[in-house]
Amino acid sequence: MIAYFIRRLVGTIPVILMISLLVFLLLHAAPGDPAEMLAGDQASEADILEARARWGLDQPVLVQYWRFLINALSFDFGRSFRYDESVMGLIAERFPASLELAIFATLLAIAIGVPLGVWAGSKPNSWVDHVGSIGGFFGISMPNFWLGIMLVLLLAGSLNILPSSGRHTFGVPDDPITGFLLIDSILGLNWESFKDAMIYLIMPAFVLGINMTGILMRVTRSSMLETLSEDFIMTARAKGLDERSVIWRHGFRNALILVITVVGLEFGALLSGSIIVETIFSWPGIGNLLLQGLTARDYPLITGVVIVYTSLFVVVNLIVDICYAAADPRIRLAK
Amino acid sequence: MPQPIRESALPNNLPEDLKPLAWLRKPDWPALHKKFRPWLQFKVIAGGGTLTLFVLLAVLATFVSPFDPNRQDLMMAMTEPQYFSGPHFLGTDHVGRDILSRCIHGARVSLVIALSVVVISGAVGVFLGVVSGYFGKTTDFCIQKLVEVMWAFPPLLLAIAVLAFLGQGLAILIMALTLQRWIPFCRVNRANALTLKEREFVVAARSLGATHTRIIMKHLLPNLMQSALVIGTFAMASAIIAEAALSFLGLGVPPSTPTWGGMLADGRTYISTSWWMALFPGMCIFVTVLAINMLGDALRDILDPKLKRSGAR
Repeated sequence: MIAYFIRRLVGTIPVILMISLLVFLLLHAAPGDPAEMLAGDQASEADILEARARWGLDQPVLVQYWRFLINALSFDFGRSFRYDESVMGLIAERFPASLELAIFATLLAIAIGVPLGVWAGSKPNSWVDHVGSIGGFFGISMPNFWLGIMLVLLLAGSLNILPSSGRHTFGVPDDPITGFLLIDSILGLNWESFKDAMIYLIMPAFVLGINMTGILMRVTRSSMLETLSEDFIMTARAKGLDERSVIWRHGFRNALILVITVVGLEFGALLSGSIIVETIFSWPGIGNLLLQGLTARDYPLITGVVIVYTSLFVVVNLIVDICYAAADPRIRLAK
Repeated sequence: MPQPIRESALPNNLPEDLKPLAWLRKPDWPALHKKFRPWLQFKVIAGGGTLTLFVLLAVLATFVSPFDPNRQDLMMAMTEPQYFSGPHFLGTDHVGRDILSRCIHGARVSLVIALSVVVISGAVGVFLGVVSGYFGKTTDFCIQKLVEVMWAFPPLLLAIAVLAFLGQGLAILIMALTLQRWIPFCRVNRANALTLKEREFVVAARSLGATHTRIIMKHLLPNLMQSALVIGTFAMASAIIAEAALSFLGLGVPPSTPTWGGMLADGRTYISTSWWMALFPGMCIFVTVLAINMLGDALRDILDPKLKRSGAR
């Protein structure tokens, strides 16, 4: 298991190098002088020289890439010229909000999609199955930015039961420990602020997770169908186990591996989706930050956010692979 | 100069439907029904029908749309949907452009972009996949590393980065959307090519002295087309959503072109006063993508049931 972990960890190094190379090339392929771009529109001659020196743009290309890599690996992306603050500081400030939204959306998708999929898969061709598969199709086809706007209109506008934007009500006490509002409020045993954070979180998380919910529902259903037709299920039934433990202990266990894979695969899509969802709900995360950077053509900010998002995705894939290997010994023994 | 085929020159034991002019004889209804049975299902009819409708609207956009999609009429700005009681069936937007006309013209932009993205990424992905699986060794290693790196970016984020750095425009948009979409084609076709190249007909062709190019073109590619078609359908659905998302963020085609994503972005600004500006373009995206996904699901079940296991949705 440890050998597998190390092999997998070493395997990510070339990927990270190539990612940084690609971003570096993009920065250079952009029209105009990268130094001027990195220094900003209103940059003085001295600023441009400073940017040129910071990113080593007066050096040969290979040296430039080396400097870029060192800067990127130490998460030093220079100063954002829209906010006039260090990019890393801006990202660090907003990162917990994004992570909280993404993780909660994933958990919500699992909590809705998997039980529905198991339910539908264990009763093929019943009304549950039909409703479930239509729901699954709706889930995978739903553009989450549209769903977001429509839910804001309905739940925050007409019905006025959920807040339309932001992360917590101004004035509700919060004691920042980790930056994750839900965890902070639990740590501080602050029930009021927990409820407040939850009310703000639930709609963006549902919207962000809608595609993953649909995919999970469909995948769980089809893998349950497959598993439940195997011989060991018949054995379990024959020895008189009740249906619930046949489905959950024997059937679902085997479907679980596929669920882990799908969560890992779709997490990337969920991260990119969070850029749009954060914009719609004015969620103070790095996706929103990226969009601010895009409108201002704030290249250090864009570079920073792109690299942070991608690194997060690489880390998540690593974690998923390890969970996967832990769940199924055949995988770590292969190759 | 093709010679007319004389019936007597053909072997007598040809199967019934291969005999010349077989289609002219009285159709064998039970056999036809059996042959097309898998296609007669709700998903194909509803999905295919809806998609055909949108394709027709896109092709005939200039003839069927009641107004010029860019004609502004500030006197009529933000008219509610009038349905059959007025000229603006689905209402107008903040500068008085007809929503229905813009939705119809938006279908054209969406479908053309999505189709070109799928065709390009399909061609690239199938080619790289076959080459990778067929030749193996270093070629395979390099291509698979490329796949791994491109796959490491969250989808859409790479497209956003490319558009942010390289500027906007139709060609860059299509390129940005293609960058990751060829990967599923490549993966599945590599796996298929790996098993196909061990098969007897490929070994036989090889021993007869066929070149690599001939084997790939004549023996491998025809066997890979079905799974490519299925993946292509799903890629089309995701390309439509991605294009709409980029237009929504203001990174797609120039704002003067009517696109569903761009209309949705306008609609979001005026959401508190005019719900119809956001409802209808979003509905177009949703219905089109739903239709394509249903069609793709049915296609996969019919053409390539194996794909279900390989995780292509």
